[in-house]
Amino acid sequence: MKTAAHRRNFWSGYLFIFPWLIGFFLFTAGPMLASIGISFSSWSMLSAPSWVGLANYERIFTEDPLFLRSLGNTAYYVLFSVPLTIVLALGLALLLNQRLPGIGIFRTIFFLPSITNLVAISILWIWIFNPEVGLLNRALAVAGIDGPLWLQSETWSKPALILMSLWGVGGSMIIFLAALQGVPPELYEAAELDGAGHLRSFFHITLPMISPAMFFSLVMSLIGGFQVFTQAFVMTGTTQPGTEGGPNNATLFMVLYLYKKAFQDFQMGYASALAWILFFFILVFTLVQKKLGQRWVYYEAGDRP
Amino acid sequence: MTETTRFSTVFRAALSRYTVMYLLLGALCLLFLAPFAWMLSVSGHDLAGVFAQPYRWIPDRYRWENFSLVTSLLPFWRYAANTLFITVFVLVGTLLSCSLAAYGFSRIRFRGRDTLFALCISTMMLPGQVTMIPLYMLFVSLGWIDTYFPLIVPAFFGSPFYIFLLRQFFMTIPREYDEAAVLDGAGRLRIYWSIILPLARPALAVVALFTFVGTWNDFFGPLIYLNSPETATLTLGLSMLKSQVVGTGATQWHLLMAGAVLIMLPNVLIFFLAQKHFVKGITVGGLRG
Repeated sequence: MKTAAHRRNFWSGYLFIFPWLIGFFLFTAGPMLASIGISFSSWSMLSAPSWVGLANYERIFTEDPLFLRSLGNTAYYVLFSVPLTIVLALGLALLLNQRLPGIGIFRTIFFLPSITNLVAISILWIWIFNPEVGLLNRALAVAGIDGPLWLQSETWSKPALILMSLWGVGGSMIIFLAALQGVPPELYEAAELDGAGHLRSFFHITLPMISPAMFFSLVMSLIGGFQVFTQAFVMTGTTQPGTEGGPNNATLFMVLYLYKKAFQDFQMGYASALAWILFFFILVFTLVQKKLGQRWVYYEAGDRP
Repeated sequence: MTETTRFSTVFRAALSRYTVMYLLLGALCLLFLAPFAWMLSVSGHDLAGVFAQPYRWIPDRYRWENFSLVTSLLPFWRYAANTLFITVFVLVGTLLSCSLAAYGFSRIRFRGRDTLFALCISTMMLPGQVTMIPLYMLFVSLGWIDTYFPLIVPAFFGSPFYIFLLRQFFMTIPREYDEAAVLDGAGRLRIYWSIILPLARPALAVVALFTFVGTWNDFFGPLIYLNSPETATLTLGLSMLKSQVVGTGATQWHLLMAGAVLIMLPNVLIFFLAQKHFVKGITVGGLRG
């Protein structure tokens, strides 16, 4: 009797997850395996792939200055955009976490940029960054500052993209805001009775209580930062295809380089090797975060997933 | 007497705190709104107005014709129809496949379930670039390049984040409902369709919204799978228009901005109508840590 019910559950269980399971093999596991194989071969799509062993990986690390450039650019972008995003998002969330009339309007305004179309946003910001007539340099001129060339400058194009990314902190901000609203008010009342000031409450109650949300945002923005593509593709380079990546490749990020190798140079093997290297970096950073997170992320009993 | 002075100091303190807060929030709001305001302002100028020194935020006459000009330049309505076509199919596919899997993962006990669910969750971490090239090859060999199949078909096979999100919600629905239905002789599929799905409407709305916005705004997919101008989506079309005109002398920035405004409009509208759902969807992942 029991086994019959078990068997029935077994079949109906697999029936329900069947679409996902097929998709997993067809669109995730299968392509993943294939991608490993392709990364060990030389393949231009016009001829059959030929096995080259580790040659792609060797070339990437030893004789490809563009890869090193893209790695450095990506590291620069992640290093600045991720911490700045977290700090700004937390600051905004703290400001919004108050009982003020009309606070919802402010939340909406801060949140709005993060859900709009990135290509449209990129085009808007190209024009904001225009050195002569763009919004930013016009504003700087009012303050008596002679603004830089932004996207046309090797030095300033990455800071420009980072600045633009800060406009989209709304997603992280919302996560922090929800976490802040989940902190039980009794904790603050107890702290106040114990004579703790605002600053102490912030460091000893607020930060630990929202640390799971901070951890989540940190991991997600790291992964997102490593995969930055659309802005760099749309905003940098000239009308000539292949010039994406900005002045002297200053905004050639890893995914942009991978895209160019695959879909402009049709070096599918080389591009696959690049994809695995990217995955490796994302994996290592996520695992390191997880390890470090055990020290500073506070989970309430039974809350740990 | 003392009561009133106390009241007025408290009142005054609160008032000054309010003023400081509103000033701070207002200044930040201006910073966040400035790019949008700039976009709307540039869209209403003519070419000379765009480059004028000093710039006039409010054009002498708002040139609404820029919007109709850019709709013929893109071609906007053609691309809007293409995008809508893709979006509708992706919506149906995602809602169906993800809710089925979420039901299986949350309501039925079967061997291997927890391992498979862990596997499903872990694929969320896999960057799309790893599978991109083999998938592209697969779609090339199927003859699907320049068709909408590569953008639509995968949606019918589930997406880990939405499966996770729906599963979390399904687990909050009391099992008594299922048990009552079983007593009435309902099968699994029946329970899924006429009990769980109607009760899960808020969660399905979140998934639908995110899918809509994600598909409407998708750039990478259309960029690699669509390559003739007639099949393009709005996002791809705008990017193509940009690379055609930017850097060719006097770029028609007022028209590009008008195009950007038009493409953002559905997003903004949906966002205002359903902001609560967006907030909910974003926080489900974040609060779990």
